[in-house]
Amino acid sequence: MRKTATALAVAGLLMGAGTAQAQISVKLGVLNDRSGVYSDLGGEGSVVAARMAVEDFKAESKGIKVEIVSADHQNKPDIGASITRKWYDQDNVDVILDVPTSSVALAVAQITKEKNKVHLNSGAATSDLTGPACTANTLHWAYDTVQLANVTGGAMVRQGGDSWYFLTADYAFGHALERDTSAVVKKNGGKVIGTVRTPFPSSDFSSFLLQAQASKAKVIGLANAGGDTVNAIKQASEFGITQGGQKLGGLLVFVNDIKALGLKVAQGLNFSETFYWDYNDSTRAWSKRFMGHMNRAPNMTNAGVYSSVLHYLRGVEATKSKDPAKVIGWMKANPFEDAVFGKGYVREDGRVMIDAFLLEVKKPEESKGEWDLLKVVTKVPADQAFRPMSEGNCPLVKKN
Amino acid sequence: MTMIFGVPTAALFGQLLLGLINGSFYAMLSLGLAVIFGLLNIINFTHGAQYMMGAFASWMLLNYLGIGYWPALILAPLIVGATGIILERLLISRLYNLDHLYGLLLTFGVGLIIQGLFRNQYGVSGLPYGIPSQLTGGQNLGFMFMPNYRGWVVVASLIVCLATWFIIEKTRLGAYLRAATENPTLVQAFGINVPLMITLTYGAGVALAAFAGVLAAPIYSVNPNMGADLIIVVFAVVVIGGMGSILGSIITGFALGLVEGLTKVFYPEASSTVIFVIMVLVLLVKPAGLFGRTA
Repeated sequence: MRKTATALAVAGLLMGAGTAQAQISVKLGVLNDRSGVYSDLGGEGSVVAARMAVEDFKAESKGIKVEIVSADHQNKPDIGASITRKWYDQDNVDVILDVPTSSVALAVAQITKEKNKVHLNSGAATSDLTGPACTANTLHWAYDTVQLANVTGGAMVRQGGDSWYFLTADYAFGHALERDTSAVVKKNGGKVIGTVRTPFPSSDFSSFLLQAQASKAKVIGLANAGGDTVNAIKQASEFGITQGGQKLGGLLVFVNDIKALGLKVAQGLNFSETFYWDYNDSTRAWSKRFMGHMNRAPNMTNAGVYSSVLHYLRGVEATKSKDPAKVIGWMKANPFEDAVFGKGYVREDGRVMIDAFLLEVKKPEESKGEWDLLKVVTKVPADQAFRPMSEGNCPLVKKN
Repeated sequence: MTMIFGVPTAALFGQLLLGLINGSFYAMLSLGLAVIFGLLNIINFTHGAQYMMGAFASWMLLNYLGIGYWPALILAPLIVGATGIILERLLISRLYNLDHLYGLLLTFGVGLIIQGLFRNQYGVSGLPYGIPSQLTGGQNLGFMFMPNYRGWVVVASLIVCLATWFIIEKTRLGAYLRAATENPTLVQAFGINVPLMITLTYGAGVALAAFAGVLAAPIYSVNPNMGADLIIVVFAVVVIGGMGSILGSIITGFALGLVEGLTKVFYPEASSTVIFVIMVLVLLVKPAGLFGRTA
């Protein structure tokens, strides 16, 4: 009697284990700035975007149980690194998402490789993530410094802005953006007249702007982000820089920054994003849902988180596994299409290839609503926007 | 063109003028801190948040009530000053008998909470606030284009700073205030309501910060972190000028603005640190600050 009971119990356990194998549970960690200068760009918005992807994928009905956690890296590499280790070692997180601030992203990518997990980045700018620092465990969604330089810089040189003066945020990200943009300017026949490295963060740019004005350069390139960009543009308008015939090149601008500036000050500014909420019916529908949760328009970072989670879950479903090598292999082998970016694919070096927009800020009288801020000037195909794989010095590519 | 150290003199004049404009913000903010420290012995770390509240108050007045820049210049400091009075009555007044450190911790904490609340409500990207129509445009001074609004900032700040100095150093009310700092018990014995005076002084110091905030709203990004970025520099200004010295903080504010302006021409990378270098040098030579009295 006791024997039968034990046998039944064992059989029960085995059956239980059987169903557990069919059910895959995945834990996603959204790691970004939740309180500082970049919290409006990623922050809770990226958590919402990840949740929307899980909802749209109908993960539950496909036997994939998804849990989402989030944390604040405060834009500090040491804090980002310790959260990453804790998540991978103790909390069984499988994938880390978003991670704006290039220095933090590079640290997370390194640890992700060590621990053999997955990092889907859509918040950081540095093109090094798919260049010298590329790993088999990291994919870079949304945008990067080369694409920003190619689209915005390239377009401005072609429009006649062939002499540049840079206002560069004095840290790794600013230097990378200046480097990549200078290369594009020179490649298109333009020249760089000068550059001034501004302490990060700064609130007063008037002095630097006057130096740029005195240089008589046709374009003043703003190799900075967030509050720095907002202050620089606001003060350029005040000092009559744009009225004097010089153009501003916003090299990393988000739709949120334009909202902060107001159209009166920002009108006419050109910049690049890979996503604009008002581009077509599917981006509008998706953004409307997003705004229902967040009360602000989504930007390319949020769209990147959505798109990356969706493609990752497809990979998990197809390979019936969450083994990083298998899933990432599948993700690279299969192109994707979604509501935010349309068609795209993942390259061998981890670069996600999507089309980019050259945008222009509307005049106040052209705007019909609170977030009706931009118009699409041109759409630049992915292979012209991003750096060719052969030029990136990614070790993964050399081996092949 | 005449050159000085490889920089055209015209450009140099421009940069000096800009330095003066930045200096006027330093002067107004450090003045508020000096007034509060001089009379309350509280190191008011909420000052940055109160400066930010001034800018936000003017934005709110415009967007919720349709009240423009000029009334806001009076109303916003009054409103923010009133919140300062509440803060002083409810919390700060309980710390006067304790070590400075407690006041510092309390005001620092309150500042963080206020910033957090604004961040929750308005995000960090910032809000747009335009230059009043009477002051748009600018003058061509020959060596630079001087926006009218910046000129107004210098004038307004000079008036406010000198008025504050005059009230504290030259009027009967100011004499009471200074006496209450020296010996509150004795002054109270003469029938003067010292606690009320202290409360109002704190309110006035906070109002000065808010006034600077309103002046800043049209030219700087109005966001919850705007004060946090500035306040550290302003504290350095106060330390260099001498804690509690009214005239010292005004003069040091303008002077350091000029020094910073020059640094931006000759070695921009150092412009955020030059003030702290000066602070170290001053503290080595005169530990009480340039205008401070040694206790």
